[in-house]
Amino acid sequence: MSDLTITALRFGFLLLLWVLIFSIVSAMRRDLMVGRKAASGAPTAREVRKNPDLAEAPPQPVKQQARQLVVVEGPLKGTTLPLAASPVLLGRAQEATLVLEDDYASGRHARLFPQGSRWFIEDLGSTNGTYLADQQLTRALPVEPGVPVRIGKTVIELRP
Amino acid sequence: MSQLSTAVKPRRNVELALLVLALAVGIGANMMVGVDKEKAFDSDFWFQSSLLAVAALAFHGVLRFRAKYADPVMLPLVVALNGLGLAMIHRLDPPGADTGNNQLRWTLIAMAVAIAVIWFLKDHRILRRFTFISLAASALLLVLPLVPGISAGEILGARVWIRLGPMTFQPGEVAKITLAIFFAGYLSSNRDLILLAGRKLGPLQFPRFKDMGPMIAAWLVSIGVLIFQRDLGSSVLFFGLFIVMIYVATSRISWVVIGLALILGGGFVASRVFSHVEQRINGWLNAFTPEVYENGSRQVIQGLFGMANGGLVGTGLGQGRPDLVPFANSDMIIASLGEELGLIGIFAIVLMYLLLVTRGFRAALGTRDAFGKLLACGLSFAVALQCFVVIGGVTRLIPLTGLTTPFLAAGGSSLLANWIIVGLLLLISHTARGPVDTTPLPPSKGADTTGIDTPTEAVKQA
Repeated sequence: MSDLTITALRFGFLLLLWVLIFSIVSAMRRDLMVGRKAASGAPTAREVRKNPDLAEAPPQPVKQQARQLVVVEGPLKGTTLPLAASPVLLGRAQEATLVLEDDYASGRHARLFPQGSRWFIEDLGSTNGTYLADQQLTRALPVEPGVPVRIGKTVIELRP
Repeated sequence: MSQLSTAVKPRRNVELALLVLALAVGIGANMMVGVDKEKAFDSDFWFQSSLLAVAALAFHGVLRFRAKYADPVMLPLVVALNGLGLAMIHRLDPPGADTGNNQLRWTLIAMAVAIAVIWFLKDHRILRRFTFISLAASALLLVLPLVPGISAGEILGARVWIRLGPMTFQPGEVAKITLAIFFAGYLSSNRDLILLAGRKLGPLQFPRFKDMGPMIAAWLVSIGVLIFQRDLGSSVLFFGLFIVMIYVATSRISWVVIGLALILGGGFVASRVFSHVEQRINGWLNAFTPEVYENGSRQVIQGLFGMANGGLVGTGLGQGRPDLVPFANSDMIIASLGEELGLIGIFAIVLMYLLLVTRGFRAALGTRDAFGKLLACGLSFAVALQCFVVIGGVTRLIPLTGLTTPFLAAGGSSLLANWIIVGLLLLISHTARGPVDTTPLPPSKGADTTGIDTPTEAVKQA
């Protein structure tokens, strides 16, 4: 094969490498939906700038924050626990923040953690599951004050 | 717990298009390496190219069928890297040697195992049940090369291989996966204890020893065995994995500070106590001194000369002399590729790794369970750290240590482990990008194997 062909192939191959990189990056860009209307249908920043009517109403002022955790049902009924800025571990294990004397709860059953102005609950792989307003948890979800959280036979609520 | 939302779309056709491009890179490289010697289309070329293409398309087919929401760019990236490595190894084979076909054999085995992981595991959350089994498995895998009988003895100054029939295998490569599973499982249930219980000393909070016990045991096992096996690279990898996963789980920067201090202190002590570590550091700092060159830094310096010879655009595949560098097809494959593809080509390769790692972290951001987040972070970080240690070593940024370049270097165990990592990341990205799965994990059959969440009594009635 002539030298010219080989040189052409050499540079052609480097080009091919970068064509692959740029195709992958452009596939990712579409994947991340940058600069397009997001899947949720919310308008993008650019659309809002062009058309101020699209902007959503500013978020409601911060709701009354939960300040304490109350056990409303179960063996520990009536117990209250003040909520600070640190996560709370719920379960039967001795090291839990709230030790549940409930045979239907796991050792480390669930955790409550603050994020922004809200509290979230997350199941820690318990045997019998955690229920937020009668829905079994499959991921971390925000807990609004007054919504019952059931762990075994215990029901807790957040109160302002 | 941040979550990003993406439109729910399988995007498998995008993957197919990118995969064809990636195969063009891999097969094109394999053709280029022989083009000036008029052996471009020899039987090895046809054999390797067709099998690589068939395996990659089969993998794609399995993803369509079994994990259709998996990330569409991961597989093409890995196939392109694997193809480039295969081409370079084929190119470096002296007449009569069979390293290229051996690498192909391991590629096929590794892809088959990764397919099996995706096919049978289905949901990465199941791995959480094997938290403590993974710890035991890691310890076993790390101790195996020291056991007489199965050990392959000391090869190139390190005792990390075992003998399996005619082949040798490096169990430490698989141990990084089992350790990541253990760290993810343990930290996802215990991070609050590590975070909250414990006493404060100054600005740093130290956890109770009891809560840290299993983590410290895991760390000691990996470091201890690796000191006896004299494998510096893997101990850096395991320690880095440990620090990063605990940092991701607790978001305390103090862990990174403590970790870096321990690495520097440990490195200083090791360089004084172990002659092989001292030799590595000396070969890094005084690489160009003639005495050091003769016994230590020759490999790195030859690699640097090779890359300098390649320059910006490289000498062209098959046209340089990377074979002058010792271990040109394994430890120094980055230098070989740097010589023949130039700076432009090596940047493309580094960028491929970067994209692969970002897709792993993207899967971690998207998935909804803490275990999956930690596992995806840990596995992606393991790939990233491996690249840093190897490429940094070859370019003399840090001392050269014995880690393999993921997917490129000749070596079966490393290929197998890295393909399993890709399989797991694809599975995690499948749950991350798919529609929200509202069904809880099916209860484990038989005995509860987690050992951490066992209640005294499960619900008896349905």
